[in-house]
Amino acid sequence: MQSLSNRAKILEKKPMTLAERAYLPAIFQGLSITLRHFFMKKATIRYPEETRPFSPVFRGLHVLKRDEQGRERCTACGLCAVACPAEAITMVAGERKKGEQNLYREEKYAVSYEINMLRCIFCGLCEEACPKAAVYLQADKMAPPRFERDEFIYGKDRLVEPVSPDTRSKRGIQLTPEQADKLRGQLQTA
Amino acid sequence: MTFETLGWQGLVILVIFGLSLLIATYCTYAERVIAAFLQDRVGPDRAGPYGLAQPLADAVKMFTKEEFFPGGASKALFTFGPCLAMTTALMSSAVIPFGNAVQFGSTVVHLQGIEINVGMLYVFGIVSLGVYGVMIGGWASNNKFSLLGAIRAASQNISYELAMGLALIAVLMMSGTLSLREITLQQTHPNGWHLGDIFTWNVFKQPIGFIIFLVCAFAETNRTPFDLPECETELVGGYHTEYSSMKLGLYLFAEYINIIVVTAVMSVLYFGGFNYPFQYEFLDFLTTKTSLSPDWAHNVFVLMGVVAMFSKIFTGIFFFMWVRWTLPRFRYDQLMRLGWTILIPLAIFNILLTGGLITFGVIK
Repeated sequence: MQSLSNRAKILEKKPMTLAERAYLPAIFQGLSITLRHFFMKKATIRYPEETRPFSPVFRGLHVLKRDEQGRERCTACGLCAVACPAEAITMVAGERKKGEQNLYREEKYAVSYEINMLRCIFCGLCEEACPKAAVYLQADKMAPPRFERDEFIYGKDRLVEPVSPDTRSKRGIQLTPEQADKLRGQLQTA
Repeated sequence: MTFETLGWQGLVILVIFGLSLLIATYCTYAERVIAAFLQDRVGPDRAGPYGLAQPLADAVKMFTKEEFFPGGASKALFTFGPCLAMTTALMSSAVIPFGNAVQFGSTVVHLQGIEINVGMLYVFGIVSLGVYGVMIGGWASNNKFSLLGAIRAASQNISYELAMGLALIAVLMMSGTLSLREITLQQTHPNGWHLGDIFTWNVFKQPIGFIIFLVCAFAETNRTPFDLPECETELVGGYHTEYSSMKLGLYLFAEYINIIVVTAVMSVLYFGGFNYPFQYEFLDFLTTKTSLSPDWAHNVFVLMGVVAMFSKIFTGIFFFMWVRWTLPRFRYDQLMRLGWTILIPLAIFNILLTGGLITFGVIK
């Protein structure tokens, strides 16, 4: 049969030479290869002590951001839930009462906000959809494994980032040093 | 033999017994770590520092597993198999000289279980008995995979014992003795050429014989590339398919002890046993340059020999593991062809060659 691709190679099947038939040279070649691997750097990452470096654009566990005065940015518009292809996000909206201005940035806020981490595919579309820059996927945290299914439904208690400027998530809008100082002062007086 | 020397000899036997068990225990660890290193992994490193408590964890696991008897199996034979494998494995180290004799005044203690003038035959006899452990275990399991593994083990051991024995005959022709201690002592020259004192080793006089012996040693211990009796891809687990708990542990343990014995025999026969390079210079140095009494100078010299012997054994064990994780398994017909049509004729040729060289006085 004529080859149309010109890629066919004619294989020559020569009888083996004496050295090849004795196998020992080939065996020693193989042994030298494995010995070289013995001294090579190991590919293993000893997990709990060492961790693989995350990519800066890694999309991990969600965070609900606060603004520079420590107020929740989320206004419970529901755009993230609409954008979510896995339908992992649910929320209940509520109206901000008088005297809660220091807690919530907008007049409407999320009374409850839940993400099911088993449904979530970590695509980041919620982050893109958010008009208030409230939800972000952190680049340095993953949703940890759990034994129970209901533990994977993250509520506001685990999603909203801490008020303290020092323990805030590294993702999303960052505080300027002045804002951070101011917030620290507020926290101290409170 | 006085009561005192008997006591010393008993102590030596106990130490050899304990040491071979300890080394076999750590062989399981070494095997896993070496396998991992050769495959660019790190191996077990969780139990204790560098995972050194891993054998302990394995032992606990082995002991707490369910003791399983397959239906229709002969309980007595099923239990007897691993016992026999273990006993024969432990027995064969009795005649191996791990060191020369140490002296305490008038007491002379040979660092050897027992010195008999047919040591080599003894080792061979015991090693041949070892195959019964595998055979009985495989037969008693009432399982076709076990039986096939056992049959393979038996035929493989018988075929390769022939070539191994023939390779040994060439060594025995040169040494003129079957005593392992004598063979060791012949592999050095107190007044000869001192450069390294290595070239008195039999491996330089018997290179062909050594290669045959090495290949047969792999087959005798059922190690890759000749691990057909237990090849996982074809026979599940071979002769120990039905075994669980510590009975399986005994089989695996016996295998590692066999490796220790075979590497020990190999270092005695071909690598000068407890002789080491520059040993007489070292003895000279100890007697003339240090303040040790002549007895203790001799003892330190002998203990260095024990260290040399064990480093040879460990190197051998490493080589066995290194080969295991390098070469794939032979096919059964290839194994038989290699044994019968290549190794045995080669061994006979080696005997003729050695005989010729001895006749014409090239070697003695």
